[in-house]
Amino acid sequence: MRIASSEKAFEAGNWFRLLRSMDLNYSPEELAFRDEARAWLAANLPRELKEKVERNAHLSKEDLLRWHRILAKKGWVAPAWPKEWGGTGWNVVQRYIFEEELGYAGSPPIIPFGVTMCAAVLLQFGSDAQKKRFLPRIYNGDDFWCQGYSEPGSGSDLASLKTKAVKNGNFYVVNGQKIWTTLAHYADWIFCLVRTDATGKRQDGISFILIDMKTPGITVRPLILMDGAHEVNEVFFDDVKVPAENLVHEEGKGWTVAKYLLGHERMNTGRIGASKRELEKLKEFSKDISEVRFRDRLARLEVELMALEITNLRFLDRMRRTGQPPGADVSMLKITGTEIQQGLTELFVDALDPAANDELAVALRKKYLSMRKTTIYAGSNEIQRNIISKMTLGL
Amino acid sequence: MNFDYSEEQQLLADSLRRYLSAQYSFEQRKTLINGDPGVWAKFAEMGLLALPISPDYGGFGGGAVDLMAIMEAFGEALVVEPYLPTVMASRLIARGASDARKSELLPAVAEGRLRLAFAHTEEGARYDLAAVKCKATRSGDHWLLDGRKKAVPGAPLAGKLVVSARSEDGIGLFLAEKNDIPSSRGVDGMLQGDIAFSRARAGRLDGGLPLIEEAIDFGTALICAEGVGAMKSACDATLEYLKTRKQFGVPIGTFQALQHRIVDMFISTEQARSMACLACSKVDQSATPEERKRAVSAAKIRIADAARHVSQEAVQLHGGMGMSEEMKVSHTFRRLTVIAAQFGDADHHLARFASL
Repeated sequence: MRIASSEKAFEAGNWFRLLRSMDLNYSPEELAFRDEARAWLAANLPRELKEKVERNAHLSKEDLLRWHRILAKKGWVAPAWPKEWGGTGWNVVQRYIFEEELGYAGSPPIIPFGVTMCAAVLLQFGSDAQKKRFLPRIYNGDDFWCQGYSEPGSGSDLASLKTKAVKNGNFYVVNGQKIWTTLAHYADWIFCLVRTDATGKRQDGISFILIDMKTPGITVRPLILMDGAHEVNEVFFDDVKVPAENLVHEEGKGWTVAKYLLGHERMNTGRIGASKRELEKLKEFSKDISEVRFRDRLARLEVELMALEITNLRFLDRMRRTGQPPGADVSMLKITGTEIQQGLTELFVDALDPAANDELAVALRKKYLSMRKTTIYAGSNEIQRNIISKMTLGL
Repeated sequence: MNFDYSEEQQLLADSLRRYLSAQYSFEQRKTLINGDPGVWAKFAEMGLLALPISPDYGGFGGGAVDLMAIMEAFGEALVVEPYLPTVMASRLIARGASDARKSELLPAVAEGRLRLAFAHTEEGARYDLAAVKCKATRSGDHWLLDGRKKAVPGAPLAGKLVVSARSEDGIGLFLAEKNDIPSSRGVDGMLQGDIAFSRARAGRLDGGLPLIEEAIDFGTALICAEGVGAMKSACDATLEYLKTRKQFGVPIGTFQALQHRIVDMFISTEQARSMACLACSKVDQSATPEERKRAVSAAKIRIADAARHVSQEAVQLHGGMGMSEEMKVSHTFRRLTVIAAQFGDADHHLARFASL
């Protein structure tokens, strides 16, 4: 990021020897970095994958892994990791530029459960043995991960979770059920919050554990959502024996791990690059609609996205300057980013000819249905408002 | 990319805020509501008046980005001094007047000896910048103005006026003396004046509609920043109220119905702040007028929407107290109501944004 791009020196004045302008533009170095990423993506993103993403088609496990491995081979699949484990050493701004270019290029998502989430936990809390065992396999796409948090009775009130893990010698025996488990039907491993103690303060009885999905006693059942897609599942645990060495951090410290991960993940929920790509598509798609009421709604959404992009850069700039992780107010990126994502799909549907029933029309309507999930998952937007209210505003 | 105020910008903003909190509290403001020579002199002493003036004429050559922090502080304290009218009119003089005129007027502005106003809007024009009926006719080495200008911000306090008027060759800019004019107040309490010109002597400035558009965009970016300050003040006051006001035996801030609403007020304000940054940055540096107009309109849409949202919620969350003349929040509400519409409301800027 460029600092003091337009420095002007003045001879007179009390404290005005130097005035610097706030600079909203990327520096030449950052632009060069962006161009390099953009050119590489243009040359290396397989056309079939890009085309699938652009028409909102289903992405198979093979599609996701294929793209993961192309990025891994280039050394770009986990930019945020420490260099010794394969990270790129990019700063927060470069990482943001890269993520934006990924979204903008129309690349399949990098499934976050392994690279972003489980890895972040292992890097912070994992033992050396756990890091060595799991991180390279995550990096290379050898293991596909999923996240076992929500339960039928524990959604927003996550600390009420009941899935039990009882220590028995060198094993924990796990019994219970997880729900809304994204891509569990693809997964080789699941990281879970489980209850190891039902007495005392409920947060203190939670532990974080890694479970091989091939272990006997695990059943995965699909949950079909209203768009007809199979993306989430129920996962049942029936006397599942998990080696005690798979516990991460200490027993009873799972809530600490979960909170750390929550803070870690909220920075990436704005999906700004992908929304910018969708907005461009929407503008092209709706260019013949001259209806003022539609154009106004489109303009307001575009303005909201412009504002979000700058708000996001302001958070990055603050992180870069202070070297501190973002505060709880970063939840506003999740709230606004997901509302924009939903707004885009809503306008796509409104722009469609109501009688259209071709493949694209069906996909756009399904996407509208599917995107309702965004304001519910990863801490519903109401929970995000609770977080800001409590942590930032002190209410 | 850099979103931090520079050390100098921060120092100036801090020192201005210290002054305003000591000398321009809500109570003190009641006695300063007609504009105050002492306050203006203090602004001059602090360098606020010299900041936007070119170094060639005794100023510091600051742009909109440098004025952002000042406007934000003015918005927080609801300052009524005609700072923005003076800055906008001096910008037109800086771009359109002869060197001799600039040497006469701009140092006087920088030193606090001259306040200005930009008389542009006419009855029925709404936000159409080209709707100028005021006439200018040449008379020897000067011009004569005929017509009316409506609700000109800061006019009662101004020493001179920059006036838009139509001559044979289209819309032009003129420099006129200010005579006695009836003074009124906007809904926000700011002084404004209706001006009638009848064969009023004036000098011609260079520049026409494009320069007016540029100056209005510059002013729009600045009131976006002022609006952000006013919104911040409304949010802070509301938060404080939620923490102290008790009903049913508990602070009302413990109610989730209210918590989520104040969170949305803060988010609106931050989104508005981002757009104010964009607008100020783009009026200082844009490759084309279209780029500038697009950014300014986008910002004004967001600021107008946020101003309405935040001000209305602030009053609602204060309950009956929010309606009271005694409470600052009701005055912030009034200022934000004006800011939402000034230089074009959301509908106007939606139309401009969509046309670019």
